[in-house]
Amino acid sequence: MTDIPLLSLAIWVPIIGGLLVLATGSDRNAPLARMLAFAVAVAGFVVTLPLYTGFDTTTSAMQFVEVSSWIPRFNINYHLGVDGISVLFLLLNAFITIIVVLAGWKVIENKVAQYMAAFLIMSGLMNGIFSALDGVLFYVFFEASLIPMYLIIGVWGGPNRVYAAIKFFLYTLLGSLLMLIVLLYLFMQSGGSFYILDWHQLPLPIEPQILIFLAFLVAFGVKVPMWPVHTWLPDAHVEAPTGGSVVLAAIALKLGAYGFLRFSMPIVPDAAHELSWLVISLSLIAVVYISFVALVQVDMKKLVAYSSISHMGFVTLGFFIFNPLGVEGAIVQMISHGFVSAAMFLCIGVLYDRVHSRQIADYGGVVHTMPKFAAFFMLFAMANSGLPATSGFVGEFMVVLGAVKYNFWIGFIAATSLILSAAYSLWMYKRVVFGKVANKQVAELHDINAREFAFLGILAVCVLAMGLYPFPFTEVMHTSVNELLRHVAVSKL
Amino acid sequence: MMDMQTLYLLVPLAPLAGAILAGLFGKTIGRTGSHIVTILGVAVALLASLVIYQDVQAGNTFDGPVYTWLVAGGISFEVGFLIDSLTVMMMLVVTFVSLMVHIYTVGYMSEDPGYQRFFSYISLFTFSMLMLVMANNFMQLFFGWEAVGLVSYLLIGFWYDRPTAIYANLKAFLVNRVGDFGFLLGIGLIAAYAGSVNYAEVFAKAGELATQEMAVTGWSLITAICICLFVGAMGKSAQIPLHVWLPDSMEGPTPISALIHAATMVTAGIFMVARMSPLFELSDTALSFVLVIGATTALFMGFLGIVQDDIKRVVAYSTLSQLGYMTVALGVSAYSAAVFHLMTHAFFKALLFLAAGSVIIGMHHEQNIRKMGGLWKHMPITWITSLLGSLALIGFPFFSGFYSKDSIIEAVHASTIPGAGYALVCVLLGVFVTAFYSFRMYFLVFHGKENFGSADSTPHGAAHEEEDHGHDPHHGLAPGEKPHESPWVVTLPLVLLAIPSVVIGFITIEPMLFGDWFTGVIFVADNHVGLKELAASFHGAAGMAMHGLQTAPFWLAISGVVLAWFFYLVRPGIPVAIQRTFKPIHSLLENKYFFDRFNEIVFSGGARLLGKGLWKFGDQGLIDGIAVNGTARLVAWIAQMSRLFQTGHLYQYAFTMIIGVFVLLTFWFNRG
Repeated sequence: MTDIPLLSLAIWVPIIGGLLVLATGSDRNAPLARMLAFAVAVAGFVVTLPLYTGFDTTTSAMQFVEVSSWIPRFNINYHLGVDGISVLFLLLNAFITIIVVLAGWKVIENKVAQYMAAFLIMSGLMNGIFSALDGVLFYVFFEASLIPMYLIIGVWGGPNRVYAAIKFFLYTLLGSLLMLIVLLYLFMQSGGSFYILDWHQLPLPIEPQILIFLAFLVAFGVKVPMWPVHTWLPDAHVEAPTGGSVVLAAIALKLGAYGFLRFSMPIVPDAAHELSWLVISLSLIAVVYISFVALVQVDMKKLVAYSSISHMGFVTLGFFIFNPLGVEGAIVQMISHGFVSAAMFLCIGVLYDRVHSRQIADYGGVVHTMPKFAAFFMLFAMANSGLPATSGFVGEFMVVLGAVKYNFWIGFIAATSLILSAAYSLWMYKRVVFGKVANKQVAELHDINAREFAFLGILAVCVLAMGLYPFPFTEVMHTSVNELLRHVAVSKL
Repeated sequence: MMDMQTLYLLVPLAPLAGAILAGLFGKTIGRTGSHIVTILGVAVALLASLVIYQDVQAGNTFDGPVYTWLVAGGISFEVGFLIDSLTVMMMLVVTFVSLMVHIYTVGYMSEDPGYQRFFSYISLFTFSMLMLVMANNFMQLFFGWEAVGLVSYLLIGFWYDRPTAIYANLKAFLVNRVGDFGFLLGIGLIAAYAGSVNYAEVFAKAGELATQEMAVTGWSLITAICICLFVGAMGKSAQIPLHVWLPDSMEGPTPISALIHAATMVTAGIFMVARMSPLFELSDTALSFVLVIGATTALFMGFLGIVQDDIKRVVAYSTLSQLGYMTVALGVSAYSAAVFHLMTHAFFKALLFLAAGSVIIGMHHEQNIRKMGGLWKHMPITWITSLLGSLALIGFPFFSGFYSKDSIIEAVHASTIPGAGYALVCVLLGVFVTAFYSFRMYFLVFHGKENFGSADSTPHGAAHEEEDHGHDPHHGLAPGEKPHESPWVVTLPLVLLAIPSVVIGFITIEPMLFGDWFTGVIFVADNHVGLKELAASFHGAAGMAMHGLQTAPFWLAISGVVLAWFFYLVRPGIPVAIQRTFKPIHSLLENKYFFDRFNEIVFSGGARLLGKGLWKFGDQGLIDGIAVNGTARLVAWIAQMSRLFQTGHLYQYAFTMIIGVFVLLTFWFNRG
């Protein structure tokens, strides 16, 4: 293992780089801001690579650990580390940041430096969330990451951006305040420690466990988002610029799900078992109810937003059936959803940049004028409906298998997603891409350019690679997931 | 000599390479380049399959992994091959028919702008289908299963600006997904209870599974597994009520109707159940279910063939009915007869579809058989091969279809499983119906009066030269124009398919049904009759055909042919009169038993209605309207109210303070 503080680099390279981009100032320097942002994004990705190559898959202990005292008076530390559950998200996050910078290259003309900086800073903050081992540090990153996203929606968003941004902010703030109370409670109970792994070992009676679990459920459930606290997401997506939607779907939603694995399940395992029926029910509602809602959307972005919620239902379902297939399937699903939802939003962005409409009814016959785009969009729509050989299949397959093992009927309900996701994805595809050329605007479309081809192509490779050979992804998480499940199976009462 | 395992890999990868080259670099390598690489890929796969066939015949089978896809929860998911007699037979059928279709396509699609794309798709299909049949585990089976569904979707919607085509392909994909839903649950149950998805390991535990009950529901585990798996087969092999997608799939170009929707993909369900015989044999309930579904499909889909006027749709309903026969064979434990019929059917049905395609080219994209007639003069090769195909289809003695269909009927006759009586009636009546609709079509197309070329029958006839051929289904011959025989790339595959359609049954019945070709691959429990009685009375293929001349199925078939001849060539007035007299029945058949309308209203409409309801009422009404914005309004209201107290008048504040002090003092004095 190296002495280079890799995790700190993963966090601070994008943040400091983002500040540098910000320093380029006005739009007169926009080309410089773009180039610099791209360089920072690539550098941010490069520093996360050793985390994977140097990762020891045989241990469930935290790796690449960094500790230094931050606020000694309250025993708050700058404490970082990753295990098999979190490490992949740093890579995913850094990777998506490159895509986002590319995606915003030509499209954003207004306040370029600020736009790029917001994404870079957010990327660093989210790496902080995934690697923080200190409760306060986690909380600070968690809250701080709201600000860039709030600005991205509020500044570069659509006409109704202010409503959406405030709704997003208040919704998530409500959840995180409850989390703050829990963190303080745990600090007291553990005799003055904010170290998350200490909390994992902390014995707690069932009543406080239940309350803590419910507080976490609200905090993380809003982020995921779980039904019924999901209504901020479609609004946020519709108003957000394409890059905002990509990061929101690909990374930000994963923060909530990650919280369940790092906090709810190991800290209050008895409550997690006790209330698993609740989470499972909410997840199944997300899978079925939200799929039907997605089916009837007339706005493409809303449709994909709802489909995201439905896919995240698989994630929370996978966690709370407490078997390795379920949990690993859920994590795989999170990563796959990072690729697929990003790609779906980028595809819609490609269309929106040309026609300035997201209404399905404004399209039809796009394949005639944009054949390359149609091929990519087909691949991603299929991945969204969980076709084997794409990444979308792997996680759903594992979670359904795990669910059938846990209870046949739960598996039965979850598997309906096979039909429903195909219905909403392909019905939309049919109306947008197939058919005769619908109107003059579609007739005048020009196919994707090299830059668009590049980012869609990279994502296509990721989607296929993960679908054909998921082994390297799951190999990293085995030991940590097994340790988590072993830990959760032991009562703390 | 090449290593056998490399050869196994070569079989699916050669068509895949062709698909990738034609798909991604189609512009660069051009039209000719595209068909050369794809035909070459499939030809290599066929040759390799032949070598593997020799090897399997020499007794060398293989079961092993290629690479580990994923390990989770103690289950290893692998990509691997199982090469045995069943696999290699399927490989030969798939690669041979695929090669014929590839060659045929050179002629059939020659004017289509999507030429390269088409070749890429059919090669991709060949790859997927080979992965499906060569799998040694359920995960890969499911992969191939869905991949062929994807290519089918792409090909049905190949002409993507036709509204009917893109409606049909979405429908096909979704109906197949309903089947896959059951299939996935079946795999889930297997993974949960057997702890493996590898065929060999699961079959080894089959006995154990048969004694278990499912947690929660208390059902017999093995029955639940088999029925779930069979639901998958019902989707892919188009059994009632999941058959609705297959007739509509005829919107795709004819070569794929032959390859995918007749010869190979739709038989995947049959193949799968035969492969799973060690499981199905343990559940009589599941077998009865399979039998009844199959028998119903065999007869009732046949009826629909009688009222169709579109040449491709007649053949499509015939395919549905024949798939029903195969399913019946599975239900009575005659798995090898099912697979045997699968093989003979692949040849003669691919032939019939390709011949129909040849007719369609000759007629300049006219598909209505009422507007044809007398084509035998103009298209002799198509005519003769169609006749041979039709004779095979109706099970005329010595033709391939006779051996396979007669074996199935005999097996049903001997079976004692519940539902066998009903099935026997269905399959016997089905023979008559098959003969009737097949020869109705044959006579209307190739004999009788020439109904084409008159001004009223071809409204768009004159325009066809200027327009793009592939894109409008309703062309036709110009007045006075005569159809011509198709080019050699089209007729050569017809001839090459006609040969096995005639002779393959005669040659292979003995080893496949009564020899030990499938020993150790297909399993029949001791309490099931299967083909045992038939084997006892079998004395050579020629003897079986001679005997066949004296049995009921033969006379049923003959009477079907004669009746069709009488009705459509001698007295065309009779069917019209019957149609008028039995209007309700005719309308029931015209509307295909109202399955489509039911699905349209209940499932399609119901889902949209439910979605709208949940969205408008649940999300926008309750959650956003009352909970979220309601909270916001409540906060605003409270703020409004409390603002009223902030009047800024000192005397009001002072007054409030005094009252407050007064209240507190009251409490203070009364505390004790």
